[in-house]
Amino acid sequence: MSATAESPQKLTKKELSADHPTWCPGCGDFAVLASFFKVLEKLQIPHEKICTIAGIGCSSRFPYFVNGHGVHFIHGRALPFASAVSLSRPDLHVFAFGGDGDGYSIGGNHLDHAARKNINLTYVVMDNFVYGLTKKQTSPTSPTGFKSKTDPAGSIDQPINPMRKLVSNGASFVARSHASQVKHMMEMFERAILHPGFSVVEVLSECVIFYPGAFDSGNPRKGGEFAEIDEKKWDNSSEDETRHDTTSVEAAFRLASEPFPGKFGVYLEVDRPTKNQLEQKWIDSSREKTKNASAKDLLSKRFAMMK
Amino acid sequence: MSATASPAPKATDDSTSGELPPAGDLQNAVIRFAGNSQDGIQTIGGLLAKLAGRSAREVMTYMTIPSTISGGPSIFQVHLGSGEVLSPGDESDFLIAFYQHSYDNHVSSLREGGVCIYDSDNVTPDPEANPGCQHVGVAITSTTVEALGGSRDRGKNLFVLGLITQLFKLDREKLVSLLERQFGGKGEEVLRNAMLAFDAGFAYQLGRDVIRQSYALREGISLDTDRIATDGNTAMLYGLIVGGIRHGAGYPITPWSPIMEGLRAELPKYGGLFVQAEDELAAVAMALGFSYAGHLSVTGSSGPGLSLKMEALSYGTMAELPLVVINVQRGGPSTGLPTSVEQSDLFQALYGSHGDSPRIVLAPKNVEDCFYTAIEACELARKYSCPVIVLTDQALATRVEAFREPNLDECLIESPPALETRGEEFKPYPLDGETRHAPPGTRMTGGKYPVVTGLEHDEWGHPSGSPEMHQRMNARRRDKLKRLADEIPAPNVFGEESGDVLLVGWGSTWGPIREATKRAQASGDSVSCVHLRHLNPLPGGLEDIFARFSHVLVVEMNDEGLYGFGQLTSLLRARYCDPKIRSICKTDGLTFKIREILDGIELHRHA
Repeated sequence: MSATAESPQKLTKKELSADHPTWCPGCGDFAVLASFFKVLEKLQIPHEKICTIAGIGCSSRFPYFVNGHGVHFIHGRALPFASAVSLSRPDLHVFAFGGDGDGYSIGGNHLDHAARKNINLTYVVMDNFVYGLTKKQTSPTSPTGFKSKTDPAGSIDQPINPMRKLVSNGASFVARSHASQVKHMMEMFERAILHPGFSVVEVLSECVIFYPGAFDSGNPRKGGEFAEIDEKKWDNSSEDETRHDTTSVEAAFRLASEPFPGKFGVYLEVDRPTKNQLEQKWIDSSREKTKNASAKDLLSKRFAMMK
Repeated sequence: MSATASPAPKATDDSTSGELPPAGDLQNAVIRFAGNSQDGIQTIGGLLAKLAGRSAREVMTYMTIPSTISGGPSIFQVHLGSGEVLSPGDESDFLIAFYQHSYDNHVSSLREGGVCIYDSDNVTPDPEANPGCQHVGVAITSTTVEALGGSRDRGKNLFVLGLITQLFKLDREKLVSLLERQFGGKGEEVLRNAMLAFDAGFAYQLGRDVIRQSYALREGISLDTDRIATDGNTAMLYGLIVGGIRHGAGYPITPWSPIMEGLRAELPKYGGLFVQAEDELAAVAMALGFSYAGHLSVTGSSGPGLSLKMEALSYGTMAELPLVVINVQRGGPSTGLPTSVEQSDLFQALYGSHGDSPRIVLAPKNVEDCFYTAIEACELARKYSCPVIVLTDQALATRVEAFREPNLDECLIESPPALETRGEEFKPYPLDGETRHAPPGTRMTGGKYPVVTGLEHDEWGHPSGSPEMHQRMNARRRDKLKRLADEIPAPNVFGEESGDVLLVGWGSTWGPIREATKRAQASGDSVSCVHLRHLNPLPGGLEDIFARFSHVLVVEMNDEGLYGFGQLTSLLRARYCDPKIRSICKTDGLTFKIREILDGIELHRHA
């Protein structure tokens, strides 16, 4: 596109920043936003091609803080909205943002289907294990025993395991990171963006107001351990045999089943056709079959069949 | 039938011959085919409708479909006429009964003097069931099997079509060419069998001793234009494409599904795409996503599915995104009567969403109007940048009519995303102008990119909790519909401009209401009618029309509610505060019979 030529100035955080985030001081989402900016600066995606879409929740206010085309949609439905933008506009870079309630609870079904259809977009889940915007109700990822306003005696339902959900629903790129690890987040975001297909990064992002300390066990600065996945290098070495094969669903399930805080990095990265490609293939073959007939010719022919 | 038949004896072989009327004397005829849904009786109906389209005759069909998976009793009724055909017909002139259950359930639908042709291989007629009709036994099954030289009884429908062609002296040549087109693509043997069955029916010796009268239809007034014959769902689907729709999303539900299936198959040819979503919520979200991306899009459903879309639809109103929503109404509430007709979704179309969420609501009056209403919905969605709901219904969706071939030079719209660079002054929601979005991919020379939101916002789309801004923006979203109301012409009154009774209708009741009006007028009664295609906003000028009549009776297929008024009636009473506006309502899942409307008038006159 000529658009890049028309906007020669380098895209920096200055151009990419919009409203000052309304998040509480100390919220993990600040680091997610900062990492996202840095990756955009690195990749230099044309400004007008950036499209961020979110549902409802604290983290879903993300589009207001990114100066790009954005959508603040309704609760749980960011992914189908974003899917349509991606499918009909191959020129755009489509990003969806949201939290655990938006993505795994009210929008859980849409996540399964966007993933299995392998829609070409990048989805970042800021998982804080609690409903923050509505002030501390149990979320689908709240661990059993978590005391909230809806579970004053402690949560009794088994939480969702997001990594198992993402691996099983057919997402072609699944990664996990921690908001305290900016460099790691940047690496995950960059690989997710460059992955052709449905890429999702689950980020543990602490709510310092309603669930402080939730992710300390994965944060070295709080005495925890940030255990990164050792990916296979395919170098035929003996060490390589024990490394993680990112193309293996079984291996991804094994990682996903490790006890909390578990491992961080790329769980799964498989190459399979996107819905975008498959639909385009159908469009192309349909156009070919009709010899690129104009709308008027196609319709006239159809009307002739009705006579 | 305008040609009168003498009271018919009850036997199948009675040979009293009446005077044969001159050929081509019948004005119109209602033929009901009763069988099972897998017998292909719709095929007969479709072919007869196309033939009527080619013969300058009017046609209207009516069908019932079982809501079961494996088929079941089904009827297809064809009303053929040389003049205007406005209803499927209260009673039928002919019944073709394939099975005993078809016979038992439908023989009473025949008018006095009507003819029942039954499959003597399957049916034992009961002379007492409808003593006024004539019975003619035809070995439909065995003759078809014999003609095809096989053992299966497929092809009975085409045998019957041949029989009908003979009986009504229809244009055999035109029908054969239609058959060749319909079956020619399916292989030589399929076409050969189709022709064998058809010819067997055409050559079957009914004899003057059995059918005592000529049923040849009078030629229609010849038209100088080409006509096409199709059903309401198909007309809607092509109307959407002509209106510029290239994208959409939906979820299967009866009777909306054929539109989505058609769009899914057709849109790729136009470079577009229709997505089958995982549920109704995703379908409307995707449709809004396509529209946001710059492609006006469509979603649709039937009653229960429209309810599921309501939250996202109010986002469409708030964010002012253009969207076309087709709702093929069926019997409700809940799963209700999935394959029956009803007009009970008017309130949910207008008021089903939370908050004050005004949107445009249109309703087509017949099959042809499905096509033009779809185009109008596209134009209005673009112009006013808001959701437009089109209320069609099960009866309109499935019935076939012939109408003038649309002139594509006049109505075809192509509308690619408007991605031209926007300047610093860009405001998507100006308080003094129409909404214009900058779809993603648009360069903003001011450097500030827009976020489309469901939060209340200012002119730039930026969230705003200002009490004053909410008032002003609510007014803005409402006033654009008021501007539309000013553009809609007042509807024409059919009949005298003033008088005793004014019938008011909306949607698919147009035909029966018009026919009832004509019939009342023909008997010297003061009855006029007016039809509403725009339900939100209502057209101007109705007040003046209502003032000129003593009774304003709204005919609608929904319940009279707690206070005795149907949905449109309630709306009109609230709008015009006129106590003479009252209802003729029913919810039996069937289209209005002319008699029911005329009885309704009498009831109100003497109330």
